[in-house]
Amino acid sequence: MTGTSLTDLTIATAREGLRRRDFTSRELTEAHLAVIEALNPRLNAFITVTGERALAQADAADAAIARGEFAPLTGIPLAIKDLFCTEGVRTTAGSRILAPFVPPYESAVSANLLRDGAVFLGKANMDEFAMGSSNMTSAYGPVENPWKRRQDNEAVLVPGGSSGGSASAVAARIAMGATGTDTGGSIRQPASFCGVAGIKPTYGRCSRWGIVAFASSLDQAGPFARTVEDCAILLGSMAGHDPKDSTSADVPVPDFAAACRRDVKGLRIGVPREYRMEGMPEDIERLWQRGVAWLRDAGAEVVDVSLPHTKYGLTTYYIVAPAECSSNLSRYDGVRFGIREPGEDLRDLYERTRATGFGAEVRRRVLIGTYVLSAGYYDAYYVRAQKVRALILRDFTEAFAKVDALLAPTAPSAAFAQGENMDDPIKMYLNDAFTIPGSMAGVPGMSVPAGLDGNGLPLGLQVIGKPFDEETVFAVSAAIERAAGITALPQIRAGA
Amino acid sequence: MSLDLATVRRIATLARIHLDDAELPALQAELNGILGWIEQLNEVNVEGIEPLTGAAQMALKMREDVVTDGGYPEKILANAPERAGDFFVVPKVVE
Repeated sequence: MTGTSLTDLTIATAREGLRRRDFTSRELTEAHLAVIEALNPRLNAFITVTGERALAQADAADAAIARGEFAPLTGIPLAIKDLFCTEGVRTTAGSRILAPFVPPYESAVSANLLRDGAVFLGKANMDEFAMGSSNMTSAYGPVENPWKRRQDNEAVLVPGGSSGGSASAVAARIAMGATGTDTGGSIRQPASFCGVAGIKPTYGRCSRWGIVAFASSLDQAGPFARTVEDCAILLGSMAGHDPKDSTSADVPVPDFAAACRRDVKGLRIGVPREYRMEGMPEDIERLWQRGVAWLRDAGAEVVDVSLPHTKYGLTTYYIVAPAECSSNLSRYDGVRFGIREPGEDLRDLYERTRATGFGAEVRRRVLIGTYVLSAGYYDAYYVRAQKVRALILRDFTEAFAKVDALLAPTAPSAAFAQGENMDDPIKMYLNDAFTIPGSMAGVPGMSVPAGLDGNGLPLGLQVIGKPFDEETVFAVSAAIERAAGITALPQIRAGA
Repeated sequence: MSLDLATVRRIATLARIHLDDAELPALQAELNGILGWIEQLNEVNVEGIEPLTGAAQMALKMREDVVTDGGYPEKILANAPERAGDFFVVPKVVE
């Protein structure tokens, strides 16, 4: 088998190939490292490539296979978002302030993947501290989306964000799958922009231990892959209770991959009428209706539902998330880790370290968060936002009393070009209008590639489920994936 | 509610972020744009609603209040910008 075809495999088929000894993990890993070398200078999807480590892990996987030992991900090469601490491998969170940081420990999620035999190709680029929807806020440069506009081949498109490197790497076939994190849409929106599948599981499904914190009541890890089933395989390894994260749920991890084969016949699917936005392209509305028709054809019952507080999701988020980030990011003080800028005294050292270390978007959010938590404004902003958050959760709870899952667009647009939406922070924030409400409620949501727009760019549909019912989300997403039958490939990819 | 320059400066001090005077006006405009947009939450009737602090709809687990970790100063200090022995070094605080 040639290197090119090895990078086209899904995780599910690569596992079978490794088991049958059609190829080795070393061959699979070398094929991916070769295309990373060829394409990453352009895509910038990886901040750090750990080739030697990857080959050592691949050799260990091959030795395990030779002994007849197979774990769920033995020998499968993955990209790890640079927000997950990796023992002995630099972890930057996309920020200058963590440029020299080498964690002395492994995050719970990445440790689970290693336990299950995965090979880590390197650390994926991302918006700084996961704050952004385009990967343009990374201190390590923007990431290119491997898809091109049919009419405008010159435009360099963004991969979405914040997990932009993860999504771009999987789409370009320089990684078989990747980890991401999602606070307000950071897995689902880049998955939609790059034409790959990605799921934000229920808050609490994966341990947050060892993930650089942004907004702790919202942050959740999840996988990217080129198929729904591959996402299910990855999530099965990533998930599980961890005593080191008190918010990680002590509930069994079901067989997610089996759920992808479940029939959707008889399921009740809700279509939330508020998931529309001024200026949303007609292509997206049409795709949504096609998705409804596919599920109806598969035997699901489709009903209209209302989530009346949807429009307040964004503004609620832009109080809650900055408030939590201003607390979480107070640890970056130039004393214990990260960069240090000298100052006249300790306070000046703090202030200059943070001014140099944080980019413009992070600074903005820390300042907003500091303000809404400050004396005199706490009730007016923060407590009020928490009350609206309760109403958003109530919307979902009431909808899920009537339906098994919701179907909506993932994002209000296809991928835009680098530099677009940059003049006004609020314009960028609107990208997450359809993903944020589910984040506020803590429910699982998956973006599945469902079609192309008039420019030939991928568009995702979002399946939102009940808390801890990722199985239904996988079943519905897999049904959409089968019906959509997308064969289009990104222009920039391994073997192209 | 609109932030004046003195308030922007005060927030930056609370957040321990150094700002040059030249940066202030642009930042003030951005912050006011965001805060103005956030004002739309005032339309929502939240009377009698309990604030929701997190997305985990379950009681947090408790464990024995005992030390379960520690004893590796080298690992803890490995990323320090400046250290002396087993200590982090900062500019002199007390004269």
